[in-house]
Amino acid sequence: MPEEKNKSQRGPQNGFEPKIVAFFCNWCTYLAADLAGTSRMKYAPNMRVIRLMCSGRVDPQFVLEAFAKGADGVLIGGCHPGDCHYQEGNYKTLRRFEMLKRVVKEMGIEEDRLRLEWISASEAERLKVAVNDMVEKVRALGPLELGTTAEHFPEEVMVS
Amino acid sequence: MTESAPVSKSEKPKVAFYWCASCGGCEEAVVDLAEKILDVVAAVDIVFWPVALDFKRKDVEAMPDGAILASFMNGAIRTTEQEEMAHLLRQKSKVLVAFGSCAQLGGIPGLANLSSRESIFQTVYHESPSTVNTEGTVPKRFYRENGFCVTLPGFFDTVQALDQVVDVDYYLPGCAPTPKLIQQAIETLLSGALPPKGTVLAPDRALCEECPRKDSRPEKLTLTAFKRPHEVLIDEQKCLLAQGVVCMGPATRGGCEALCPQGNMPCTGCFGPTSRVRDFGAKVLSSLASIMDSNDEKEIERITSTIPDPVGTFYRYSLPSSLLRRKKLVASPVTKA
Repeated sequence: MPEEKNKSQRGPQNGFEPKIVAFFCNWCTYLAADLAGTSRMKYAPNMRVIRLMCSGRVDPQFVLEAFAKGADGVLIGGCHPGDCHYQEGNYKTLRRFEMLKRVVKEMGIEEDRLRLEWISASEAERLKVAVNDMVEKVRALGPLELGTTAEHFPEEVMVS
Repeated sequence: MTESAPVSKSEKPKVAFYWCASCGGCEEAVVDLAEKILDVVAAVDIVFWPVALDFKRKDVEAMPDGAILASFMNGAIRTTEQEEMAHLLRQKSKVLVAFGSCAQLGGIPGLANLSSRESIFQTVYHESPSTVNTEGTVPKRFYRENGFCVTLPGFFDTVQALDQVVDVDYYLPGCAPTPKLIQQAIETLLSGALPPKGTVLAPDRALCEECPRKDSRPEKLTLTAFKRPHEVLIDEQKCLLAQGVVCMGPATRGGCEALCPQGNMPCTGCFGPTSRVRDFGAKVLSSLASIMDSNDEKEIERITSTIPDPVGTFYRYSLPSSLLRRKKLVASPVTKA
């Protein structure tokens, strides 16, 4: 069966590499990632960064879509509380994140797969540590694989 | 020409109604057309309506493809039989309308996507306090006795909205759709001036727009706790959100003319999202979470906890059509025959 093939390809025994989708704000965390790059820091290459003007732009739909389309983890990065370029965008992020965390958990997705970090433009080291830590935690959890269940509805018919 | 032919020979357009996983409220909604149902009956032939008329599946199967002008299907898709009927009516109808929240979004039955089939059967046939099943009888798809074979439809692990199973032309939202919207939809279909495929046959604006309490909504709305209706004596005039009651008006499509807020109850989101939203629950979450009145993590956590069941609240009618569609199944082997 095709999905079993996919599973084994992505399984830990075959060197599973987590896919992490990251939403970073333009003013802080994205600049930290930029700094990490120009400073030639080495960290886990599992992250796909999407730059947004503010972490407050992270619609919960973005996070759920990332999970639905194959991300194993989602990392949101914004400015430290009080430092938001738009005054209070990151506070709205925090409020939505706290609520979204509960929804995601109730949907059976492990807590370590969704993470919020405040990282300022100068904190490249902090970014490196956070990404490495998240990749390790998600690697330990294994692939999320929501898609396989969604694509194979007809096979889920009760047979007894 | 035989008088007793099961299908009318008149040239009136043919219409069918069918129900899948639903409560029967949508069928009631058709009856709620009251005397206007006579206009409907005058204009169309109802060729299939298991709740009210004695036509069988074989009558539908005997029709040529596309013979029915419009089929209105309510209810979510829970069993193989419902899926078969969806395919059959799709084949026989020019227009297929997903009728009501369950067909459009998955509806209340869709909340079963928080459980697995096994756990549902375990609860229903073994564990619920009202169940007495000493012999441990469970329904089987096939049962042979005395050379006869009795069959039951298969039970899917995951509830689906109608358009996840067949191509759907239009959506009539609501739990249940209001008589006014049903009548408008039928008139539109009969007029021949069909809206673009995929149209939701209700206004594309938020419910707040048509809520009589709209003017009492403060410009800056903040809350320190979310309340359920039984926890507060609700003022009959004031914006429900301003009173702390979880009202989904800001994220829900209008068209019901704020029936629930007018009845002093908050909107629970049965009309689903407006056209620009993909995942209704996520949008409700977003709008409610951002009005929490705190910047402190601990306090935000406390306010958040005043919604005891976030998925059931935000996705009350739309879990199967959400981005995640169901709770992640823990790897349980799918038994194959």
